[in-house]
Amino acid sequence: MNAPADIVAQIVTLLQPYNKGGVTLTAETDIPAELNIDSVDIMDFVMEVEDFYDIEIPLNVVSETRTIGDLALVVAKRRKA
Amino acid sequence: MVDLLDKHRGIAERHKRMMELGVNAVNLVNDRILSPTRGFIQGRETILAGTNNYMGITFDADCIAAGQKAMADFGTGTTGSRIANGSYAMHKELEAELARFLNRKHCIVFTTGYQANLGMLSGLAGPNDTIYLDADSHSSIYDGCTLSGAKLVRFRHNDATDLDKRLSRSEGEGGKLVVVEGIYSMLGDRAPLADFVAVKKKHGFQLLADEAHSFGVLGPHGRGLADEVGLEDDIDFVVGTFSKSVGAIGGFGAGNHPLFETLRYAMRPYMFTASSSPASIATSLAAVKKLAAEPERRARLAANSARLFNGFKALGLELGTDQVSPVVAVKCPDEPTTIMMWNALLQNGVYVNIALPPGTPNKLCLLRCSVSAAHSDAEIDQIIATFGRVVAGRGN
Ligand SMILES: Cc1ncc(COP(=O)(O)O)c(C=O)c1O
Repeated sequence: MNAPADIVAQIVTLLQPYNKGGVTLTAETDIPAELNIDSVDIMDFVMEVEDFYDIEIPLNVVSETRTIGDLALVVAKRRKA
Repeated sequence: MVDLLDKHRGIAERHKRMMELGVNAVNLVNDRILSPTRGFIQGRETILAGTNNYMGITFDADCIAAGQKAMADFGTGTTGSRIANGSYAMHKELEAELARFLNRKHCIVFTTGYQANLGMLSGLAGPNDTIYLDADSHSSIYDGCTLSGAKLVRFRHNDATDLDKRLSRSEGEGGKLVVVEGIYSMLGDRAPLADFVAVKKKHGFQLLADEAHSFGVLGPHGRGLADEVGLEDDIDFVVGTFSKSVGAIGGFGAGNHPLFETLRYAMRPYMFTASSSPASIATSLAAVKKLAAEPERRARLAANSARLFNGFKALGLELGTDQVSPVVAVKCPDEPTTIMMWNALLQNGVYVNIALPPGTPNKLCLLRCSVSAAHSDAEIDQIIATFGRVVAGRGN
């Protein structure tokens, strides 16, 4: 399944403040590997995603998610549930 | 071949940068400890203002005598776990004394406070449950959560409304455990317990408070924040450590639940590690008795905390919290400046903790002081004066 483009775009917007190195963000961007972002920042960023969509994304799910596309799929699935 | 240590190159580089600025702030050696508030560091007598030695009990003659006697009578170590050969009568005695002190039915002693959190969290919550933890929780809470395999949801620091919102989104069927701390170790701020208890009444969950920095320190009986604000009945489980106000090493979990004792057979960090040494148990027992019998220590700590807090305020320093607390954290501008200030304090005979991101909330760079009941007024004044010389007015 492809990650929905609107969700990818929204995640890119939410991630921008944490993108200090100015990496070009796409669905394929590996968040922990490419962004030079520490574990606390990742958790804070995911909180923003949770609040934007009013969903719950447990930290255990976050640790299995690497790319923006992966995260968009999690959002899509949890939004429907 | 992938070199496993390659991933830590960033740490090595940061460490090198720190060394270039002065001494190694995270690997400091105390050459001698002279008293609860004084030591010898780099050949200089130094006031210790970052030891978490809240009650100043580490050199108490009765505690030392109890530890020496226990070592002579029972040996240097227990060489076994609590569920094998490592439970001595004194471990049970300490558990009974703590239960009495805490006014709880049950208490279990662990080898460290870190393991107390690992044990309690993994014993209480399992893969079908959800743990809601404060975003600024201590690492031992995060690690305990991970060990439990429970679903983990983080809520914004000290924000009961945020917890309420997250509980409303909950999808899980299993049990819910909410974890807060009495006093947060970095900024010294307290949890707004009444707000959390109100959310508890609305949603229904079990509540655990880690009173690591507040046990022995807060409340009319010294039982912690819940004792201070009169909400002990609403806290299901208490965790604490002996490494701060008790001046030893070890930790505990306590509660009133009728099945509490079964946790002994469900907590791997309790079952699969050796129990605390006789000397540590005996000094802890003597210290807990003193915490109960000598409330003037708490009064002294409160007075010293207020003296340092007000002194720093008068210098115009920006502090971690607006409430007088035994943890007094000074906010600093950036990492290099903080390291330089820390170094200058040390060279002027004052040791405090340096706390840097990601170990701090909101990426703060902090010079963190912890106050002791054993600090004299003159020592507190000297700490204030030294901060006045090397920290105040430098952009913090
Ligand atoms: C909030 C908190 N919980 C637990 C611990 C762990 O205690 P210990 O030093 O006994 O392992 C600490 C301190 O280190 C702490 O600050």
